[in-house]
Amino acid sequence: MTDQTQQAPGAAAQPRRAQTANTGGALGLRKKDFAIFLLVIALTLFAPFLLNPFPGNSAMAQFNAGYPDLMQRFVIFGIFAIGFNILFGLTGYLSFGHAAFLGVGSYAGIWSMKLLTLNVIPSIIASMVVAGLFALLVGYISLRRSGIYFSILTLAFAMMSFALAYSVLTPITGGETGMQLQYFDARILDGALEPGQTPRASLFGLDMAASETLRFGAWSFTFNVGYYLAGFMMLIAFYLSIRIFNSPFGMMLRAVKSNQNRLNYTGISPKPYTLAAFVISGMYAGLAGGLLVAMDTQVGAERMFWTASGEVVLMTILGGAGTLIGPILGAGFIKYFENIVSTINKSTLEGWFSFLPDTASDIVVTLIYPFVGKGWHLTLGLLFMAVVIFLPGGLVQGTQKIATVFRRDKKAEPVESAAAEQRKSAED
Amino acid sequence: MEAIILQFLNGLDKGSAYALIALGLTLIFGTLGVVNFAHGALFMIGAFCAVTFSRLLNLSHTVVDESRTDFLGNPLELQVPYMYDFFGVNTGAAIIDWAVPLSILFAIPVMIGIGVAMERGLIRHFYKRPHADQILVTFGLAIVLQEVIKYFYGANPIPTPAPQAFVGSFDFGLMLGFDAGSIVYPYWRLIYFMFAAVIIAAVFAFLQFTTFGMVVRAGMADRETVTLLGIDIDKRFTIMFGIAAAVAGLAGVMYTPINSPNYHMGMDFLVLSFVVVVVGGMGSLPGAVLAGFLLGIIEAFASMAEVLDVLPGINQIIIYLVAIIVLLTRPRGLMGRKGVMEE
Amino acid sequence: MGILEVKNVGKRFGGLQALGDVNLSIAEQTVHAIIGPNGAGKSTLLNCLVGKLIPDTGSVTFEGQSVLGRKPHEINQMGISRVFQTPEIFGDLTVMENMMIPCLAKRDGAFALHGYKQLLRDGEIVDKAEHMLEDMNMAEKRGMHAASLSRGDKRRLEIGMCLAQEPRLLLLDEPTAGMARADTNNTIDLLKQIKDSRPITIAIIEHDMHVVFSLAERITVLAQGTPLVEDTPENIKGHPKVREAYLGESSGH
Repeated sequence: MTDQTQQAPGAAAQPRRAQTANTGGALGLRKKDFAIFLLVIALTLFAPFLLNPFPGNSAMAQFNAGYPDLMQRFVIFGIFAIGFNILFGLTGYLSFGHAAFLGVGSYAGIWSMKLLTLNVIPSIIASMVVAGLFALLVGYISLRRSGIYFSILTLAFAMMSFALAYSVLTPITGGETGMQLQYFDARILDGALEPGQTPRASLFGLDMAASETLRFGAWSFTFNVGYYLAGFMMLIAFYLSIRIFNSPFGMMLRAVKSNQNRLNYTGISPKPYTLAAFVISGMYAGLAGGLLVAMDTQVGAERMFWTASGEVVLMTILGGAGTLIGPILGAGFIKYFENIVSTINKSTLEGWFSFLPDTASDIVVTLIYPFVGKGWHLTLGLLFMAVVIFLPGGLVQGTQKIATVFRRDKKAEPVESAAAEQRKSAED
Repeated sequence: MEAIILQFLNGLDKGSAYALIALGLTLIFGTLGVVNFAHGALFMIGAFCAVTFSRLLNLSHTVVDESRTDFLGNPLELQVPYMYDFFGVNTGAAIIDWAVPLSILFAIPVMIGIGVAMERGLIRHFYKRPHADQILVTFGLAIVLQEVIKYFYGANPIPTPAPQAFVGSFDFGLMLGFDAGSIVYPYWRLIYFMFAAVIIAAVFAFLQFTTFGMVVRAGMADRETVTLLGIDIDKRFTIMFGIAAAVAGLAGVMYTPINSPNYHMGMDFLVLSFVVVVVGGMGSLPGAVLAGFLLGIIEAFASMAEVLDVLPGINQIIIYLVAIIVLLTRPRGLMGRKGVMEE
Repeated sequence: MGILEVKNVGKRFGGLQALGDVNLSIAEQTVHAIIGPNGAGKSTLLNCLVGKLIPDTGSVTFEGQSVLGRKPHEINQMGISRVFQTPEIFGDLTVMENMMIPCLAKRDGAFALHGYKQLLRDGEIVDKAEHMLEDMNMAEKRGMHAASLSRGDKRRLEIGMCLAQEPRLLLLDEPTAGMARADTNNTIDLLKQIKDSRPITIAIIEHDMHVVFSLAERITVLAQGTPLVEDTPENIKGHPKVREAYLGESSGH
């Protein structure tokens, strides 16, 4: 795990000597980034094993997460957060309306399945293109302002999109009931289905819902086509985000965050850079929306609601805004806990604490109960506050802090004291 | 003509709520420089102060009336509110009937207390942090407050009626010489508007005519200078936060008969109130009030059947549309000052 | 005809006439200082030159082209760089990255979408930034975060970033304000070295007379928004009007 903004300088420090180190990785990535990329590939590939560590008949099976729809959510929201991080992590522009792009992408995706074909590829492309165009429009207007104005403008756009989808544009969005596929949809490329047939999203005939289950005694591992497609997409998205982070474009975005004034007086206009970042992150959101449709062929307006926008902000911050792997960790963390914590009910809790004396068990259960099950949002809100208050750098920074405590070797100390001296002389 | 007057009136009560919340938001933003996403939650807590207070007034004990029986033939058990015991049946019933207006007395100390606790406990530590952090932490707080209320009061709206005396409507049509019943406006909405006007006037008078208010206004204009003058501006800002919380809370208390309070009403109003603040001009108190009423009235007009026939659903998005247009043509809002929140 | 021509420029803020009727011509490859007491309009004038303010009247031309109505980044791309009173650098970025940004701006213009190209493989940019850092004597600090540099180093870095764009005109706004004597002298030496080593015009706004008289070839004295006098340093030193309007006042500094 590495914080990109911290790492780039180290490598940039000795470019001539570092040239060899830089080329150490493959695929045009630096060694360290390539290692992260490999790690993410491994996690994605073996997720069905890693997320199902407990045998199905044990009490701990509650904590298993290797179900296709949950794993799909991990990677899809990972894509969403990776894209959000390109905007927020690099430029510092806090969009509070990114769920609108996810929703627009979903609607575009389902319409492609209704009108063209059940194949997911055209549907995903349509999602990205439409979300990108919508982001271009919203970004062009919202980026005329910065800071809090920008956040509120994006929020206003998202709420407007939600209101439109929920009621005004019912013919296109299905309004309250949402949009589903029907056997009688036109689908000019596929031809109509027989009455009663269920339309299923597929990748050139490969059903998204198809799964293969592997059993080892009490353990069972499910390999799902849809998950691997989404996972593959996330790996591409992640790879591109690494490239963007290390590109001149990425550096300009960080410069926008750091000092717009100097950027202007260096002959660079921040606006096209921020707009490009906005559109790119909008397309990431669109991709996530398209994949949601590919996995589960329906859309509801609620996925554009502003709490959904807040959730992606939380994922990014929790993982570590501006870091490479942070958003993926954040998305996984939130979706995992959402799923696990929200399914815990009173009897589960009672089961866990049955070893305690009755009164003690009652007290503990009463104390914990408000935070689990339907109370998941309370836990989420507290988590939100705790992260912003105690860990503004997110999990990645937290891990690094712990790591530095353990790794305080002779090498680190002189560097730090030198930096401290520098700062001191700066104050004089 | 009747329809226009009616929609204008309809816009006033929602506009009043927007204006009161936006006023509090602007006070906090202008004095403390903090963007408070939990302000809607304060509005919601205010509404639940009214709920709590009326429940408190309705606390009862059971009395067995031997002379009557229930449908099973057992002696009838009556719930007698303690209020009846304390003040006699008639006064007690009147007090219970007037629960909502009386809640104001209950809500003011509670809301100021919550506001001061929020500022001391949380917001204070975020003055120097980026606006993004302020938004995020108050957003988290808003979720927490909302969920706590949901836990204790449930997810369903809780009807909280106005006093009997104010149930019913005022027939403006008759008064203005139109047909009877053409412009009917509920008494309570009229009261809400007048209440809002009084609160707004009080806040402005307080800022304009008291020394405290002068210091706060100076602090809004230039925090550094006031600190240099040796004035403990921080303490005053804490009090200011308490006042802003009370304003939002009172707006919530009085709104309960119009809309039964539910746990997410704060969030519903918050987003719109932010739009109101931005349209009015960040940091401008008159701007917030003006934009609040303006947007409330525009929204009411957009809800007219005649308008909806032409542009279906326009009432849902009109406020956002207006906000976007205003920000594009007047980037600082209607009455915004230069240099506020501009990086 | 100078490289920068300011003609009849006036600027008013509400009731305050910040600039009256400023005429100024800066000759190519000279060091031209603009001095004056506080409130004389020096900063307003500078802001009018770089596009931050638009004057109410008059014209500003750089190499024969008007700069009025252009945005700061466009004016910069014309060949004017600006050094700020408090160093404006990218504090969150490393020294090396700080230097690469102007190199990219010089090569690619105001906007280039290299979203896939790898920054550190861009040999041309890396080499140029590396050279500039060596010129500025900062090569060994290339990996540090710019925010953690000392005040003097921040100033060097900022000047280096401006030079990396190879500007024809370098504007300096009180470059030694708030600096210790040693740092001030280092900055004077650096500016002298810059002037001698490349074909550049330098316009400097300064309070510190020591800096002004060590560097300037021409001096314009600004008072109450209008130029009082323009001459060589020797003549300015002895000028009675200047002594009265400015030097007497500022001797306390």
